[in-house]
Amino acid sequence: MSQEAEKKIRALIVDDEELARQIIREMLQAHLEVEVAGECANGFEAVKAISELKPDLVFLDVQMPKLDGFEVLELAGTDAAVIFVTAYDTYAMRAFEVHAVDYLLKPFGTARFEAALERAKSRLGQKLPPAAELAAAARPPAHYAERLVVKDGVKVHIIPVARLDYAEAQDDYVALASGGKKYLKQQTISSVEACLDPARFVRIHRSYVVNLERVTKIEPYGKDSKLAILADGTRLPVSRAGYARLAALLEGKGA
Amino acid sequence: MHPILARIQRLGLYLLAWIPLAGLLAFVLAASGNLGAGEALAVAAPLALIYAFVCLSAWYPCRMIPLGRASLARLLLSHAAAAVVSGGLWTLLGRAAASALAELPAFAGFGERFTRALPVLFGMGVLFYLLSVALHYVLLALEASRQAEGRAMEARVLARDAELRALKAQVNPHFLFNSLNSISALTSSDPTRARQMCVLLAEFLRCTLGLGEQLSIPLAEELDLVRCFLAVEQVRFGARLNVEEMIEDECRSLLVPPLLLQPLIENAITHGIANLPEGGRIRLEARRSGAGLSIVIENAVDPEAPPRRKNGVGLSNVRKRLEARYGERASLEAGAAGDRYRVLISLPAETQV
Repeated sequence: MSQEAEKKIRALIVDDEELARQIIREMLQAHLEVEVAGECANGFEAVKAISELKPDLVFLDVQMPKLDGFEVLELAGTDAAVIFVTAYDTYAMRAFEVHAVDYLLKPFGTARFEAALERAKSRLGQKLPPAAELAAAARPPAHYAERLVVKDGVKVHIIPVARLDYAEAQDDYVALASGGKKYLKQQTISSVEACLDPARFVRIHRSYVVNLERVTKIEPYGKDSKLAILADGTRLPVSRAGYARLAALLEGKGA
Repeated sequence: MHPILARIQRLGLYLLAWIPLAGLLAFVLAASGNLGAGEALAVAAPLALIYAFVCLSAWYPCRMIPLGRASLARLLLSHAAAAVVSGGLWTLLGRAAASALAELPAFAGFGERFTRALPVLFGMGVLFYLLSVALHYVLLALEASRQAEGRAMEARVLARDAELRALKAQVNPHFLFNSLNSISALTSSDPTRARQMCVLLAEFLRCTLGLGEQLSIPLAEELDLVRCFLAVEQVRFGARLNVEEMIEDECRSLLVPPLLLQPLIENAITHGIANLPEGGRIRLEARRSGAGLSIVIENAVDPEAPPRRKNGVGLSNVRKRLEARYGERASLEAGAAGDRYRVLISLPAETQV
């Protein structure tokens, strides 16, 4: 018995509504093998709790203050089994793309909850690809990110895409430049590029994606390449292919 | 289809109208050609009957040359030409009839006397034709106005349909799912509150269904609905949801379209309060200013939250409904300033439909 107690599944419940958390807590009471390690009422708390408590199982709401469920996964980079719990059926595709174990639609009954829990148990201990990259990439076609989230120690920065000046690849990281500050995030530049609206952001170089609105002029630089001068004076290299993309976009806008 | 030929009753009326015309024709023919009354009638009656049908042909040029759109010169020339041709043909027909009658012994010397009446016959032909042109224009105008009325009616029905559809779509299913989830949670922990919430939810739904059928309701009724909605949401959000009402008493009886405010309050919650970990305040204000009614809905927002993606279906619905109902007399302004989002509606202060 004591051995079983040691192997208790540690669950985290994330939902901004107290009553919604209460249902899950109550349904878990019938399962002695599961203990509730913590509860969070918003995305910030969830990111912190996931990295500190390292739960095995997360019940995750999608629409929450500050960070939504997908952003939480992206930042927390957990390998816990995740069960999304939401009133919206529209996120189901995205949820399975980030390898969610199950997707519970509110309100749900005991039988449905048990089934989700069984699935979660069978998935425990399986190593899955990191959720962070998946969460960043998983979005419906033609729906681009409205903001980017970066975790910096225990702090979380939210950068609305309108305030992103450019992104720069740095080894395994990408530096997001916004208002003179740079935020490092563990993500590839290609996946950052993929979640940004191609009408507003251009890959001007192997290592750079720029916010089109920030570009004030293009200057020749060397034989084949050019420089993009941003509103704040930053100079970014533009490759030949990058220049072609930039020119096509500017022409398309009739600028 | 010709409007007179289309119905037998109309044709009957039309031919009846020709009886006095035939009489008039007989009279002028008798006077100008020195004919006897019998002779004049004998020739005028069949001529009038035939010409009655000839005059119906005026319908086609009338339809081709609508009044007001064609130039006056074209109008006069075309109809005058048609009148002259019809009158001429009629005169020829009259002469042929007269020479045929002159063969009969009872009509001795008729042909010669009738020849003197021919210019008058021609004149009458032109005149009758022009009268018929006028008649057909009247008929065309009547038909056009009936069509316009039909179209206006159709537009009204369509607008009403659209409004009802919009209203039905406004009750957000996610609001229901979330409320049902709260009830599900309360059934074991607090059955009394669960029951209260069922009642509130039912009351809200019944109001939405009932109010959708009405064109206008007093603001007080809309506020009852809004309070019902807020009471349901209060259970979900608890202390995070704060509401402040500042309603001037004299506004309560003013008429507003039903479900005008509810979608905006719903927006204030889903795009405002729900995004704030500590929640916030919704302020609802109604003021009467002269001949107008101003309603303000203001709520706390997270300035860092992404902008509303669709700019609010509820908001655009409300805007469209105001526009359809009041046109220029109503307006809706919405926008964020810092951590507050504000919607201002101005509409005419109406107390009766």
